[in-house]
Amino acid sequence: MKLLSHIIKTEWKSLLRGKWVIGYTLIFLILTDTLLRFGGGGPETLLSLSNVMLLFIPLVGMIYGILYIYQSREFVELLLTQPIDRKVLYWGLFLGISTPLMAAFIIGSLLPLAWHGILALDGGSAALVLGLGGMLTLIFVSLGFVFGLMFYDDRIKGFGFTIVIWLFLAILYDGLVLMLVFLFGDYPLEQFVIVVSMLNPIDLARILVMLEFDISALMGYTGAVFNRFFGQNTGLVTASGMLMVWLVIPTWLGLRIFRKKDF
Amino acid sequence: MPGCKTAATHKTCTANLELSMKNILLHTALMTILFLVSQSFIFAQVVVSPQGPVTSIKEAVQMAGPGETIEVHSGIYYENDILIDKKLTLNGIGNPVINGNGQGFLLIIRADSVIVSGFSLQKTGRSYIRDYAAILIEKSAGFVIENNRIDDVFFGIYLAETDGGIIRNNDVRAYDTREASSGNGIHLWNVKNPKITGNSVMGMRDGIYLEFAENALISDNISSENNRYGLHYMFSNGGQYVKNTFLKNGAGVAVMYSDNVDMTNNLFEHNWGGSAYGLLLKDITNSRIEDNRFYRNTVAIYSEGSTNVDIRRNHIEQNGWAVNIKSNSSRNRFTENNFIENSFDVRTDSPRNNNFFDGNYWSAYEGYDLTRDGIGDVPYRPVSLFSMIIERQPESLILMRSMFIRLLDQAERILPVLTPKTLFDENPKMQRIQ
Repeated sequence: MKLLSHIIKTEWKSLLRGKWVIGYTLIFLILTDTLLRFGGGGPETLLSLSNVMLLFIPLVGMIYGILYIYQSREFVELLLTQPIDRKVLYWGLFLGISTPLMAAFIIGSLLPLAWHGILALDGGSAALVLGLGGMLTLIFVSLGFVFGLMFYDDRIKGFGFTIVIWLFLAILYDGLVLMLVFLFGDYPLEQFVIVVSMLNPIDLARILVMLEFDISALMGYTGAVFNRFFGQNTGLVTASGMLMVWLVIPTWLGLRIFRKKDF
Repeated sequence: MPGCKTAATHKTCTANLELSMKNILLHTALMTILFLVSQSFIFAQVVVSPQGPVTSIKEAVQMAGPGETIEVHSGIYYENDILIDKKLTLNGIGNPVINGNGQGFLLIIRADSVIVSGFSLQKTGRSYIRDYAAILIEKSAGFVIENNRIDDVFFGIYLAETDGGIIRNNDVRAYDTREASSGNGIHLWNVKNPKITGNSVMGMRDGIYLEFAENALISDNISSENNRYGLHYMFSNGGQYVKNTFLKNGAGVAVMYSDNVDMTNNLFEHNWGGSAYGLLLKDITNSRIEDNRFYRNTVAIYSEGSTNVDIRRNHIEQNGWAVNIKSNSSRNRFTENNFIENSFDVRTDSPRNNNFFDGNYWSAYEGYDLTRDGIGDVPYRPVSLFSMIIERQPESLILMRSMFIRLLDQAERILPVLTPKTLFDENPKMQRIQ
């Protein structure tokens, strides 16, 4: 445990020295503040922020994860020569870089929300958007780790894969769902679209945002399955649960590869 | 002047007197006498209390002469079908309860200028054939019903063929959750010039129901959690409703088949469901909807077959659909409204557009203002492609706010193919309208 916290602290220090994270914080700080200044009040800003969050956090998280694996290759390999448990090392590295990234987003967006008084007004919605951003950071950093470890020697392939995966999950996936909906429009599709949306972490986060901001439109849809899913807490609970699953699977996969890998 | 002894004929006497302008002195003398006579009537009163001597309101009504006051002291009176057929003032002192034991009407008023105030009315009959009400007012004028608490009843206050009259500061509630077996809170049928103000209605079928009501004034009421509509307006011309609050009603507010209705400064909130509307307009002509606030309704304004309605300066925020306008609506004008973060701004079922949108603020507008006049330089198209997609495949609702859908919408806005080409706001405001 002591070792774990030691690794995490070392990571934090080197990140702060790199100033990269500070820049990332500033981006969200300026973005949120600008949105608040020019985009009117509460829900509008939070929705714009959640749009940015849904699109960019996965990309940044994943790129950052894979970049780290590639850049600190020597450092990791050096540590591996020491008598350190690989599991501890993996968690140390993962938490060491994902938590500052998460904190950067949350603090960067939180401060402007606080000084513009949105927190008091729409505290629940703000907490949801920030929490989801944090969650997505964790998920996609761990995905970045997985791809970095999978394509350890072929960096071009690794980066390419990350970008394609991001493009697929963030944009193309929904296009595919829409296509399927139109192809099989004559069949009852409610259950199908819910299940399919559960398989994409970005869609999950989007559905949670939707449940918060668009519930009145969702209630306008008369289908029974949707009504049960959106109307009661089923949607909220299932989507949050699936997000957790999405966090557990890549981290576990990354850990598995890391432990078995012959560096 | 013979026949001028009672207050009822007071008016006609005065009119007659005014005709003969010659003997002013005589007039003054007569007026003084009349005034004194009517005063003595007003002061005459019958007291009802559980301790006696009069213990029943029915009995008191029989005893009292026209124009007298009945003072009812606190207690529970198990009575129903109390018929008031002369001008009386019923005063509840200390909130007396009239309990109908689930049978018949409680008060039936069939005389002019009756005043009922300060009562607690409970448990009318329930029936699928007769509209049992706590207070039924028939063929009367000039009545005042105020400060009553009406609880667990079938219908609350029922007005039929009345003229004028005031229903003020009453509280009506019931607990039946089925639409078919519950009655209306304040029910107006075939009435003229009624004033309904400061009431609170809850848990009825329709909170306030108007049918063939002319020039109704409905103000400062709170109508909430009713099984069907908070306010239901049918065949009622020339009325206005202002400063009311309609909250969490099963289907919102419906205004149907009426002309010249003024709807201003109302609040429509949290009316959710498959067929719930903040405000439903059906076959409305020449009306005004101004300065209202619509917040978190499934559909804020739904319009079917309405013409020439002015929708101005409303604040429409965080609804599922801000406006759902069917193609049989025409010449309606949406101007200076704030459309803020509605999931969808406008929905329509036809590629043609016969309505007019101009100078509104749309929070979803992404245009620019190079001329710096506060008005966007490119028109805003409030019907999104996605809302058309949902019309065809409702399941795709789950894709709302996704990046892919946003890209599609953006492309469609630049070059409209499927959405109505002529439905746009030429002068969208850059800032919220205060």
